[in-house]
Amino acid sequence: MTVNELLQLSLYLGILLACVKPLGIYMARVYSGSTTWLERILGPVERLLYRLCGIDKSVEMTWRQYSLAVLSFSLLSFLTVYAFQRTQGWLPLNPQSLSAVSPDSSFNTAVSFTTNTNWQGYGGETTMSYLTQMAALTVQNFASAAAGMAVLMALIRGFTRHTTETIGNFWVDLLRGTLYVLVPLSLVLAVALVSQGVVQTFDSYHEVALLQPTTDAEGKAVTTQTIAVGPVASQVAIKQLGTNGGGFFNVNSAHPLENPTPLSNLLQVLSILLIPAALCFTFGEMVGDRRQGWAVLAAMMLIFVPLLVVTTIAEQTGNSRLAQLGVEQAASDRQAGGNMEGKEARFGIVNSTLWAVATTAASNGSVNSMHDSFTPLGGLVPMWLMQLGEVIFGGVGSGLYGMLMFAIVAVFLSGLMVGRTPEYLGKKIGAFEMKMASLAILFPCAMVLVGTAVAVVAPSGRETIFNPGPHGFSEVLYAVSSASNNNGSAFAGLGANTPFYNALLGLAMLVGRFWVMLPVLAIAGSLAAKKNVPAGPGTLPTHTPLFVVLLVAVVIVVGALSFFPALALGPIVEHLLMTAAN
Amino acid sequence: MIAQLRTAALVLLALTILTGGVYPLIVTTIAQLVFPTQATGSLIQHRERVTGSELIGQPFSQPEYFWGRLSATAPFPYNAAASSGSNLGPLHPLLKDAVEARLAALEAGGAARAAVPVDLVTASGSGLDPHISPAAAEFQVPRVAAARKMTTEAVFALVRQSTEGRQFGILGEPRVNVLRLNLALDQHLVN
Repeated sequence: MTVNELLQLSLYLGILLACVKPLGIYMARVYSGSTTWLERILGPVERLLYRLCGIDKSVEMTWRQYSLAVLSFSLLSFLTVYAFQRTQGWLPLNPQSLSAVSPDSSFNTAVSFTTNTNWQGYGGETTMSYLTQMAALTVQNFASAAAGMAVLMALIRGFTRHTTETIGNFWVDLLRGTLYVLVPLSLVLAVALVSQGVVQTFDSYHEVALLQPTTDAEGKAVTTQTIAVGPVASQVAIKQLGTNGGGFFNVNSAHPLENPTPLSNLLQVLSILLIPAALCFTFGEMVGDRRQGWAVLAAMMLIFVPLLVVTTIAEQTGNSRLAQLGVEQAASDRQAGGNMEGKEARFGIVNSTLWAVATTAASNGSVNSMHDSFTPLGGLVPMWLMQLGEVIFGGVGSGLYGMLMFAIVAVFLSGLMVGRTPEYLGKKIGAFEMKMASLAILFPCAMVLVGTAVAVVAPSGRETIFNPGPHGFSEVLYAVSSASNNNGSAFAGLGANTPFYNALLGLAMLVGRFWVMLPVLAIAGSLAAKKNVPAGPGTLPTHTPLFVVLLVAVVIVVGALSFFPALALGPIVEHLLMTAAN
Repeated sequence: MIAQLRTAALVLLALTILTGGVYPLIVTTIAQLVFPTQATGSLIQHRERVTGSELIGQPFSQPEYFWGRLSATAPFPYNAAASSGSNLGPLHPLLKDAVEARLAALEAGGAARAAVPVDLVTASGSGLDPHISPAAAEFQVPRVAAARKMTTEAVFALVRQSTEGRQFGILGEPRVNVLRLNLALDQHLVN
């Protein structure tokens, strides 16, 4: 790596870590119902919302009621997003007169945005009207993120409360998270992005004359360029902060009007990990021992940083096939060099790899370069990060509750080793918690492997594969991994906007969301009902480096054992092919 | 269950108004008041008319213009109404074909087939990349100078004028805005 690459990566990690504590404390106050400095402005709005929606904020829910609230909200959200897409041709704010989206694509996108996956089977600027982008997609960017954080809070209350039936009120958690955390951050970020050149307008697309006319695929003269615009900044801000990732344009944040400068890139890639990282601190703060939060964050960093370095080196090394043609790929002060296929000149290598690793570590899924064109090893890392279950930062809320499932497994395993009853944060971990944690971890794994197997066997799954050979297999594996773990990023060569993939990936997204969320809520309910056990001499402390290493090991062993054979058939074979040709 | 669904519907409606209506309208208002140029698409006014966006590349293939990145948009390159990358994997035969076609075009313009900057022969992620690296611009100076009957020094000077360093000296990569550079070349002709 070059000096500047190290500098840019260190700057990124430094700013991220500096934000963890202040934002973490703030979110702890929001979710424990304390007043915050935004209360003066937003307090009246909050009370108005409760009154209009008929919510009594003092009413508490059991885990079953909480689950039912999440499910009914998700169901209605799904139906609404579906309806907007099917009727957009008749609705206002559609300057390009885009017609209704097909039923299978609408189903897929509706599932995608309500499960916080934000897989894009469609090209935004050619498919979605401004109204659909704002009133359907942007709303779910907020709501699905706030729902993820709400479920995390329910789980944390399961640890902090004892001998009670209730774990909070979903509606209060949902609305407070949206109002006090997501909306203010998005407002600030959106305006900052506009200052860099991200568009925010309701104008129709601009038609400009080309300086040098060209010809299209059929040889017809082309003298003008139609520039797609729209209310982009407002959606991009929450797409990053809410770990959603569904972009306004087809190429997401590689598009110069969605991510125009290195600064807009830094702000966006910071926003991807900002809330998931800060929630670790919130967790520590709320369970009354900040070291617990730092330990989880340290475990995430221990996996994140080495994988970031691997991808950066792989991409900077470049494509050996191009080197044979006389192409210069070495980095210098005049060019970024490396594997530039699918990457933007303003971002070069390091900002593309940082984004690729951050967006797949978190379940964000936005891209600023085309992952399909990455080198085999450079593409393996994002794929594996998703397969680890989106727990290295992961989605807002969902990443940390997923990681806490692994923590439960880790204390259970260490309990087995020393022959004592496992405990975590003052709660005994029993058979029920272990069963639920295993379900939450194993269901998405199974969905990835079974889904990929089905897709590569079925003719309709194979026929839209774009790249030949092992890379084609990687495209399918990547897509199913992404959907099953609610990430949403893609090896975009795969033609996924077909009834087959829309259905398969839609199913995978539902499994990845609710088969994790419901076991987590069940654990929250079960833990809340238990008594607190004071730590004794036989208790494994869970804030120590020993536990951090144990947690990392559990995550990696599950991820490696489940997916090594599949990865061997895709990126690993491809890497061997690429190097063998030399 | 019915009560839950009723609350869910009301909350969804409230959130739709708040985050799908009020929030984007506030952002649009601030954006249009404070950063009107950026919010509308950073359009370039040139001789009384709009000749493009500073942030959206255009296709160039004639020898007297600097060429940008390859673009994989359909049905013609740099179609800003349908952004797209090539999505070609590193071993895809079409990737090699695309690189060799660009190498051949550069060679036809008089360039040697050695040490060609990689960003000049590869497609960008968006298909709309407005920039190339300084190396890729400098590589094309002899061709452009010959086609325009200018001295290489004069063309080099224009390239240097259009080169942006890293933002704040650290962020991103040094780069040259191809449309800006070509407009400057045409302007040079007029003066």
